[in-house]
Amino acid sequence: MSMADGPGMFVKSFAGLLLRDLRVLTREFLPFLLRVGMQPLLFLFVFTFILPRMGGANPMAAGGGMNFGTILLPGLMAVAIMFSGIAAVALPLSAEFGITREIDDRVMCPLPLWAVALEKVCFSALQSVIAALLVIPMAYFIPAVPVRPHVGSWFLFALVLALGSLLAGSLGLVIGSKVNPKQIGLVFSIIVVPVTFLGCVYYPWAYLGKMRWLQIAVLINPIVYMSEGLRAAVTPEIAHMPWWAILVALLFFVTALGRLGLKGFLGRVLS
Amino acid sequence: MLIVEIESLTKIYESKLRVVAVDGIDLELEQGEIFGLLGPNGAGKTTTISIATTRTLPTSGTVRIAGIDVVKHPAQARRHIGVVPQFNTLDRSLTVDENLYFHCRYFGFSHGTAKARSLELLEQFLLSERKDMYPAQLSGGLAQRVQIARAIAHRPTVLFLDEPSAGLDPQSRMAMWKAVEGLHKEGITVLLTTHYMEEADQLCDRLAIIDYGRVLALGSPEKLKQTFGAQTVFDLTLKSHQGIESVIARLKARAEVSGAEATPEGMRVMATATDGLLPEIVQAAAGLGLKDLKIAEPSLETVFIQLTGRELRD
Repeated sequence: MSMADGPGMFVKSFAGLLLRDLRVLTREFLPFLLRVGMQPLLFLFVFTFILPRMGGANPMAAGGGMNFGTILLPGLMAVAIMFSGIAAVALPLSAEFGITREIDDRVMCPLPLWAVALEKVCFSALQSVIAALLVIPMAYFIPAVPVRPHVGSWFLFALVLALGSLLAGSLGLVIGSKVNPKQIGLVFSIIVVPVTFLGCVYYPWAYLGKMRWLQIAVLINPIVYMSEGLRAAVTPEIAHMPWWAILVALLFFVTALGRLGLKGFLGRVLS
Repeated sequence: MLIVEIESLTKIYESKLRVVAVDGIDLELEQGEIFGLLGPNGAGKTTTISIATTRTLPTSGTVRIAGIDVVKHPAQARRHIGVVPQFNTLDRSLTVDENLYFHCRYFGFSHGTAKARSLELLEQFLLSERKDMYPAQLSGGLAQRVQIARAIAHRPTVLFLDEPSAGLDPQSRMAMWKAVEGLHKEGITVLLTTHYMEEADQLCDRLAIIDYGRVLALGSPEKLKQTFGAQTVFDLTLKSHQGIESVIARLKARAEVSGAEATPEGMRVMATATDGLLPEIVQAAAGLGLKDLKIAEPSLETVFIQLTGRELRD
């Protein structure tokens, strides 16, 4: 046993963990698609297909309007990223720590523990990316007026997508390692729902200007930067935050939540 | 060659209550031996194993597996470690076959070698017919077998079994013992914890009797029984302790009685031979209101009683 074969083993072992998750995901691919697709599907259907057709008869329709879909597209992508990150890491991790201890075998593989946690976050990020991309064809086919993304900068798009997905995975890691399985439902009500509704998903951040206090308060919400970042990348014609501010904030949240999640993870697997 | 070296190991849990789980344990395991940690629940066996398998950090002391310090290089040490934990930790999302296959992948096996290795293990552990079942569909004994197969899949130097027969029916326990003996023949070193003395007696080459986080005695089962007097232990439950001293003195006067003492329930008599002693004891204790009498044949159980003054299973 030489120390020199360390890096090779690291890569192979990490790949092994990814392959395992991939196998489980492909086996449950249809449920996965339904899980990540249902929310944006119904949202688009109700707000951009049904409501516009109601015309003036329904007061809600005025709120929707013809180009609501364009505002909604990046927001729904952000929500898809967020939900998928939590479903991919927080829920299984919480169960694996709490009841089944299945995580044991992966924790006992020849990798540093931080790498096992990192694999969880990376694989979750992959699912988030799939979930977000899934929203794009939906936004094209469902609304009364098709929403066509205009990607101004592919680089920015890829960067925001990657950072946003890693952020969601890190948040999943924090929740999964800190919350016991009995209370995981509660987390959805008190964390996930508020952060999405106040995450500039259904309205651009700039439009909050008339409620200055709220506009500032929502800045602590990481989803804001995902929505705004995707807005900047996918529908740049809508008002959005400057790209550099978005990237700085995303990086900050990825680092902070990543560290917190790792600490929680270590606390659970090491006594 | 020393495979496991445990040196002045301690683990103290500092919470509301200060618990000294491991209190200065020293152990050395030779290549190829089956070593048992025997002791009651809460003696510190599982904590010792957790530290040795990189899952718990020691308060002080060191553990080296195949020469690698488990605290300084946990990832490297894990390559030499196979673990069968107390609970079923099989991956519920994977089949039996996949549990073995992906375990191999975690340890750097290529697709081909992982495939071949899991096939080999399925045959060795008579699991081929159940390879496509999920862990939730397996009985306790079968799940345990898969766990052992998985633990040795990456060909570890040492296999840790934590209470391997807890919760197993007698048949599965025998099957598990056979599996461990089979591994022994292949030259793998085994460290197991148990509070079943039959298991320790039958399976282990050497034993450490542990209580309150300390090693009380160390050696082969035969040596332990010899050193600590393979004795028959008579445990008497008595109505009263009045006049017990004279009874104890009377019994102690007999050559084969090596010890007699009062216990909270009554009296305990230890003897090296039993011929004619039973009627004598019954007679002697009759005046004290003999309610119950338990006889433990010479075994590790009696060694344990000798060492700690209490029974292994209480």
